[in-house]
Amino acid sequence: MSEWWTYTLSDFLLFSPRTYYRLLELYNLAVWPLQVVGVVVGLAAIALSLGSRGRLVSLSLALSWLWVAWAFHARHYAQINWAAPWFAAAFAIQAAALLTLGTIAGRLHFRVERDARTWLAMGLAAIAVAGYPLVAPLAGHGWASAETFGLTPDPTALATVALVSQVRGNVRWLLLALPLAWCAIAAATLWAMESPTAVLPTLLGLAGALVASGRSRSDALRSAS
Amino acid sequence: MASENKAMRHARRRILHAAAASATLGLLPGIGYGQARPLLTRPIPSSGEPLPVVGLGSWITFNVGNDPVARDACANVMRAFVGAGGRMIDSSPMYGSSQDVIGHGLRKHALRVFSADKVWISSGERGREQIEQSRARWQVPRFDLLQVHNLLAWQPHLATLLAMKASGAIRYVGITTSEGRRHREFEQVMRSHPIDFVQVTYNPLDREVEERILPIARDHRIAVIVNRPFREGALLRALAREPLPPWAAEIGCTSWAQVVLKFIASHPAVTCAIPATTSVAHVVENMAAAHGPLPDETLRKRIVAAVDR
Repeated sequence: MSEWWTYTLSDFLLFSPRTYYRLLELYNLAVWPLQVVGVVVGLAAIALSLGSRGRLVSLSLALSWLWVAWAFHARHYAQINWAAPWFAAAFAIQAAALLTLGTIAGRLHFRVERDARTWLAMGLAAIAVAGYPLVAPLAGHGWASAETFGLTPDPTALATVALVSQVRGNVRWLLLALPLAWCAIAAATLWAMESPTAVLPTLLGLAGALVASGRSRSDALRSAS
Repeated sequence: MASENKAMRHARRRILHAAAASATLGLLPGIGYGQARPLLTRPIPSSGEPLPVVGLGSWITFNVGNDPVARDACANVMRAFVGAGGRMIDSSPMYGSSQDVIGHGLRKHALRVFSADKVWISSGERGREQIEQSRARWQVPRFDLLQVHNLLAWQPHLATLLAMKASGAIRYVGITTSEGRRHREFEQVMRSHPIDFVQVTYNPLDREVEERILPIARDHRIAVIVNRPFREGALLRALAREPLPPWAAEIGCTSWAQVVLKFIASHPAVTCAIPATTSVAHVVENMAAAHGPLPDETLRKRIVAAVDR
């Protein structure tokens, strides 16, 4: 891309905010009542992570990422964004990584001890799962365009960041790379649309990354001592 | 009373002067919406074919996916555009579902337009394949105009487009840029290749093309399409706070959108501007700018001063 410095975020936005929220509306209509299933699976994943059931957490996350890849990105978002097939591929890769490393290899070990970071991470996950469906109506877009964990990418990525931040070992960063990248893309898209909700993927994603980073440091100190 | 008469004489003189200065303008009878005034057109320099000075863009506005309600709304915009005498509709494979939506509108209302599209792919070899996909989406037998989008891989694509023109597969060839990018290279292509059209950004705030590109277009007999006349709506949103100056009535304008379009169309090198919209009311308002007098040089300066505050 020549003269890249002349481009702004809005130059990459291919659709109007109205079209984007209408897409969410039509998608929600097409998949109803899976929104309820999404929230239940998300809450179960939070509870399972507290119970250190790594294989089941990674299975529920993997299925969620796979569904978003196929149903949202490939079949709906691709209608208005030619980059969506690439997003679908990235989400499918994340699903495969969660399934391989977490469910099959059993490398998702959640910390047993509880501290402030644990509860902060669980709070972030709870916002992504139970709070995110409220964002659209609170922002004036109505329930019809609500975003739900397991069905749309933003709450799915944010909940994954929060839960995986509590995993022990380097596998944590392997499984955080794509979710954090999506948080950045989601934030950029919403900023380009001048939506006040852009602060959510920005702040929640950043908070999840900081929690994970803090975990890495405390793990390093523990192993050194 | 005397001063009123003087003002009226002054306004009339200015309008007549503008009409004389726009000697290259053609006038077609207004079509539809009861417009008795003739439609302003400009000839494509390479052929003499007249084009209305206001066309229709599709960036963002027509990318509505498979939403049937939004697709029908876009089709209605197209119908209103053609009903008001509009001809050129412009799109690109970069614009998401816009090409499909245009195809839907053309079929639904049995519309005939001047079809302008682009080739936008980094591989020169895959240019023809992409053009065929675009044509199938528009559902037209052939494109009137194909342009190399943003000079992407322009050497191989331009060779393809010129060969297609020679074989009769398309009628005109062009290149595009926007927001002032790659102007030096753009000028070189204009000087060295037999292209029919260029597409650039031009409005009362973005006037860089007045320096070299528009004069080169006149010298080399190249038609000029103007994109982003309203800076994707930002210009009109900013102007919405300002009352329309009294002199706008002198050129028959009832809105800032018409003032901006008339400013663009009054440059003698410009062939047409392509504002994009999802609103039937706006497309009718835009097409109304293709009627009546255009501003002269004095008024053009006043428009720039009023917009650039």
